[in-house]
Parts: sequence; C-alpha cells; structure tokens
Amino acid sequence: MTEIINRLEPGAVDTVDVEAVNSKERRKLYQARVKVFPKRTHGTFRSLKWWIMAITLGIYYLTPWLRWDRGPYAPDQAVLVDLANRRFYFFFVEIWPQEFYYIAGLLIMAGVGLFLITSTVGRAWCGYTCPQTVWVDLFLVVERWVEGDRNQRIKLDKASWSFDKARKFVTKHAIWLLIAMATGGAWIFYFADAPTLALNFVEGEAPFVAYSTVAVLTATTYVLAGFMREQVCTYMCPWPRIQAAMLDEDSLTVTYNDWRGEPRGKLSKKANADERAVGDCIDCNQCVAVCPMGIDIREGQQLECITCALCIDACNGVMDKIGRARGLISYSTFSEYSRRAAGETVKTTWRSFVRPRTMVYLALWSLAGIAMLIHLGMRDRLDVNVLHDRNPLHVTLSDGSIRNGYTVKILNMQARPRVFTVSLDGLDGAFMQVEAAGAETLTQEVARIEVEPDKLRQLRIYVHQPKDAVTGEREDFRFIVRDTDSDEQSTYSAIFYAPER
Amino acid sequence: MAKPETDEITGTETTGHEWDGIKELNTPLPRWWLWTFYATIIWAIGYTVLYPAWPLVDGATRGVLGWSSRADLTTTLAGVEQEQSQYLTKINELSLGEIAQDPELYQFAVAGGRSAFAVNCVQCHGSGAQGFEGYPNLNDDSWLWGGTLDDIYTTVRHGIRYEADEDTRLSQMPAFGRDGMLDRTQVNDVAEYVLSLSGQDHDAAAAQAGAAVYTDNCAVCHGDKGQGSQELGAPRLNDAIWLYGGDKASIVAQVNAPRHGVMPAWSGRLDPVTIKQLVLFVHSLGGGE
Repeated sequence: MTEIINRLEPGAVDTVDVEAVNSKERRKLYQARVKVFPKRTHGTFRSLKWWIMAITLGIYYLTPWLRWDRGPYAPDQAVLVDLANRRFYFFFVEIWPQEFYYIAGLLIMAGVGLFLITSTVGRAWCGYTCPQTVWVDLFLVVERWVEGDRNQRIKLDKASWSFDKARKFVTKHAIWLLIAMATGGAWIFYFADAPTLALNFVEGEAPFVAYSTVAVLTATTYVLAGFMREQVCTYMCPWPRIQAAMLDEDSLTVTYNDWRGEPRGKLSKKANADERAVGDCIDCNQCVAVCPMGIDIREGQQLECITCALCIDACNGVMDKIGRARGLISYSTFSEYSRRAAGETVKTTWRSFVRPRTMVYLALWSLAGIAMLIHLGMRDRLDVNVLHDRNPLHVTLSDGSIRNGYTVKILNMQARPRVFTVSLDGLDGAFMQVEAAGAETLTQEVARIEVEPDKLRQLRIYVHQPKDAVTGEREDFRFIVRDTDSDEQSTYSAIFYAPER
Repeated sequence: MAKPETDEITGTETTGHEWDGIKELNTPLPRWWLWTFYATIIWAIGYTVLYPAWPLVDGATRGVLGWSSRADLTTTLAGVEQEQSQYLTKINELSLGEIAQDPELYQFAVAGGRSAFAVNCVQCHGSGAQGFEGYPNLNDDSWLWGGTLDDIYTTVRHGIRYEADEDTRLSQMPAFGRDGMLDRTQVNDVAEYVLSLSGQDHDAAAAQAGAAVYTDNCAVCHGDKGQGSQELGAPRLNDAIWLYGGDKASIVAQVNAPRHGVMPAWSGRLDPVTIKQLVLFVHSLGGGE
C-alpha cells in the first residue's frame, strides 16, 4: 500500500507533547488558568491574519491623524468626536446630538453585519478582527520575539529565576506596556485635535480625562491581552454564546475531517507493519500546539474555537511533509462535512453562501445602509423651533391690539455663517417686533438675522395683531425661516391666541 | 445533616435540591467573582472608616477624612457665589442703562430678576406678571407711573402710596359720587364720555353732557383727551387697558368711590442689586418704554 509506504518516509515532523488545556475532560469548574503557549505557524491563514492585523491596527492608530478641510469654522480632523461641542465629524458628515439615530443605524448595521458574516463564514469576526484577538496576537509576537517559540517559552516558564529570565521578563512586559499605552493613547485622539492633544499630553497639560482614559485602557489592554487572553473569549465575551444561533449547517467552521483522519496513529514502522487501516492523522499534536485557545479541534466543534484557522495551517504543513493531501483540518460547512464523510466529492463555491438566511441578512443590512444614505443626502441643515409664551398667553396693548410672545430658535447646522429671514405667514395684519442684538427688521412682517456657523440663535419675537384683525381666540399661522443664499427654508406652525370676547 | 450526594457525571456535589428529577449542583463560585466580592467588603470597610457612616446615639461617626455633605454644600455654594460675585459687583456699580448695554451682564441680571420676581412679586402681579384686577399687568405698554428703566426703578424702590416711605409715589382720586361732588346723572354722563374716549359703545347725548363734567373735574389729572399723566399716576382713559375694568359699571363705580392700590417700597427689604435685576426683568417683559 503506497499510502503506508509514504508514511514510512516522513519528513521531520515533530510530534509535540501537548494536551489541550481547554478540553472538556480536563477543565474543572474551579481551576486557575492553565497557561497556553501557542506555537508559531506559517501558512495561508497565518498570512491573512498578519494582513488583517496590520490593516485593523493601521486604521485604529492612523485614523485620528487624517485631516479633512472643513473651512474656518469647523475642526480639520477627519474623524472627531467633539464631546465638548457635541458634534461628531466623520469625513464629509457632521452629526449633531439630535441626529444620533445615525449611530443607532450604524449599530444596527454592525449587528446585522455580524449575523451576515457569522452565518456565512462562521466566527470570522472572532478569529481575525476582534480587538481582543488582534491585540493578543500582537502580544504573542512580542512574547515570541523576546522569549522564543513554544518550547523555549515553556522551558523559561519552568526555569527558576535567573538574570536571563528576569531580563526577558522585564523586556517583554515593558514592550507590552508600551503597546498597551499606545492603544489607550490612540483612543483619546478621536476626541480632540490629535496633534494638539499629543503635544499637550507629553507636556502634561492635557485634561485629566485624557490621562485617566489612557491609564484605564492601558490597564485593560495589558491585562486582557497579556494575561487573560483566551479566558476573555471563553468566560467574559457573550458573543460565542449568542452566535450559536447564527450558525447553521451551511456556515463555514474549522472542521477536523475525522472520516479521513481516524483512526489516528503515530508515525511508526509498527503501525505500518500492522497493516491495519490507519487514518491520515499522525497524532503529531501540531494543531493543538498552535491553538491560541488551547483546544484540540479534533474533539469537534467547541465553544472556545474562534476559527482563526491556525490549526489548518499547521496541519497542512504536516500533510505536505508526509506527502498527504491538504485539508485534514479544513474550513468546511457541516453539510459539506457530512457529504464528504459519505464519500461524495464536494466543491466549495460561492453558491453555498447564497441562502435565504444570508440573503435576508444582506437585504436588511443593505436596507439600513441605503436608508441612512438617503436620509443623509436629504437631511435638513436648518432647524427651527418655536416656543409660545404661556404665561401670559396674550397681552392686550393700549391701542387694543393683541400681542403674543414667542421664543424662536434657529439652528444653523452648517459650518458657515448664514443669514436668514424670519417672516410671518397666515396672520392677517400681524407684524413682528424682534428682540435680539443684530436682528434687523426689514419690513413689519420680515426680519433678518445672522446665525453663526454650527450655532443656535435664539430670538424673542412679539407678534402683534391689530384689534380689528383679531378674528378668534386662536389662529394658526406659520413662522418661515429662509436662508438668503440658498433658499433653504424651514416652516414652523404656531398659534396666535387672543382673549375671549 | 444529610450525607452530601455527588453527581456522577460532573463529580460535583449536589445541594440536595431536586425538581422533577433535576438536581442542583453545588458549583463553586468563580474565583474572580469571589475576589471581587472580597474587594467590595474591603472597600466598604475602608469607606466607613474614611467617611461618615455608623449611626451612634448622638450623631454618626465623622470619618477620618472629615468630609460632610454640609461642608461640601457650603464649599459649592461659596464657589457659586464667588463665580456670581463679579456680575453682582458690576450690577451694583453700573447704571441700569449701562447694564442693558452689556449682553452677558444683562442676561444674568434678567435671569436673577426673574427669580426675585417669582419670590417677591408674583403674589400680586401674577406668575407671568400678567396682573389682576387692581394689580397692573407688567407685560403691556401701559404704565401708570412710567415704564422707562428709571421710572420702574423708582416705583420698585419707593412703592406706590406706601406711606412709610417718604419718596413713595402718591396720588388719590376724589370719591366724586360718595362725597357728593357729582350727582348720579353727572356720574352717568361722565362715564359715557369716558367710554367714548376709549372708542367703546356709548350714549352720544349723555357723553356730550359728560364732556363738560369731565373738563371741569377730570381733565386736570387725566388730560383733556384722556391721555393720562404719568407724573400724577393718573391712568390713560383713551386706551384699551383698564386696571379696574373698562365697562360702564366699573367706570361708574370708580368715579363714585375709587379704589387705590398700594405697593410696598422694596428698598430696605431687598438689596440694591436684586432691585436692579428686578427692574431689568420687568422692563424685559416686552412693554418697557
């Protein structure tokens, strides 16, 4: 049998002496964390993870430094959450607090997007883009760089304290702390002008909240990515428990193809000599050694698996060395797994992603996105609110005319000063008396007022109606506020009250 | 005590509780939870030592930090007063007209006046300063003693017909009917004339007769055309605003036996800064001259 002969001539495949830390059998309910020492891997998914790490970290660290010219009246930072002035700037979009529904919309899109991704490619979020995963990966790089790969790290961990161990310990934790500080440090730049804040920060003149935020985020990054690692995913994160509902038999998961691998056996002449049917798994435990979650994928689907696919890379490397086909551990849907196990040849194509469930998620996701874009394109940048004086509702003046007082609030939501006219519509013979510094009365029915960029201007407007024009106890009319440049206008329906006759 | 039972599958002790064949496992609490719990206990002990906490017979323990909510409030109030003092000093120093020219100061003064009004003035003038019968509406443009800042200032400081104040505004209308200065017909006629002055329905013949009565008895204070006099506090009669009602019965009653309102002098009761703030607030109501 050629298969068995091949197994007699293996490349140097290390068999790792490792036991899955998080296996069902081993895990006690009340037990201190058992350290996981993930081994380095090479391969497609490892490269993919490097790329995604570079991109996500790049986005996180660089975004606050992008500039965006908004003219003289608004900040020039592309992405800025300006809490002090209650504005949120996102490239060409400026969001006011009352437009917070955009954030709600984004959260809905993020939620549905997560459903969509999970139902198609499984826990891709967890394995590749989750900040916990990314920073743990980064911390692991540092750990490996300072202390060496798996075996050296285990040895160092067991060794008694020496100068060398102390040096490595200090180096590793110093770099971790630096990364953690950079993580917290980048966060605050989203909330203030980044270059200014950076300068103030090192000069010790930044606000206390900046320092406390950096301190908290440094601490959480250091503890969560340095020490808790896979425990965050297993015990603290709710998402693995929820996502079971997102997965079905057509979702991609990391699968050990036991129909091909079992019965597993060590590479040995004896196994060959027995001539018993031996599976492709040579029980080298590489898949366990590389797993950052400390599980053995060969035990089947587990809650801890974040589908980072590093075990696929490790196993493929072994299969190459022993001359077997790749894919003993592979990304596979449950239905594909079943069909392959039954001996069918299955080719994974994009069609497996097109299912009613994914299409519904995609439709909902797109719908939310399109609705937000349309709304964004059509939203008002001028907002008018009118408060009628209620005490007293109306005042009789000496000539018998009736006066009602209003507080008119004009909101200029553009980052440039604008001149508006305020006029009355639908009240016979009425005229206005505008009380505000800088307001100009054009005619008795029209006033002109300049409103600063991104500001609210409040006017006291007294509306007079001559004695003879008063027709009833209440009359509906409108305040019309119009931009003198663009003809953008906003209408507010108001009521004029007169005393009983 | 019953012998503890061990669950076969998990190897964990059960609590002995069983519902429909389901046994409750006595799973230990996670260690992080326990540590958090211990931390809260330590925190609580530290807190009760540092801050006032334990009730004793004659009060509570003081806490080693010496913190108290009362001292905290005093500090906060002192801070607020400190912050406000710059405005208050300016209000004290500047004239009413100067204050009105400074938008920030004006806003502060009007806001302060609004609360002072709510405490001292609403009892008579109403919560919206809209007045009642006999109590003037401060929103309108009719002012018995003048509606400029200075006029209102004098009125607030010295009151109206408030005899305890030497500089109080004083005026009295004779009781023409009760004291027999005019007979019933004359009173009726002059009331019809006053109705005509304010453009209301009236008996033209009686009004004509009343014109002469008016010229002889009323014009000296109320003006020949009923335009009133702010020096004397004599109301305008040719407008739409009536302190005691503008219908004929009310006018007749007022001519027969006039009523006169009294407003107390507020200087002495309120500090000068508050009075200035009140004046600016009243003036801001929309009717100020």
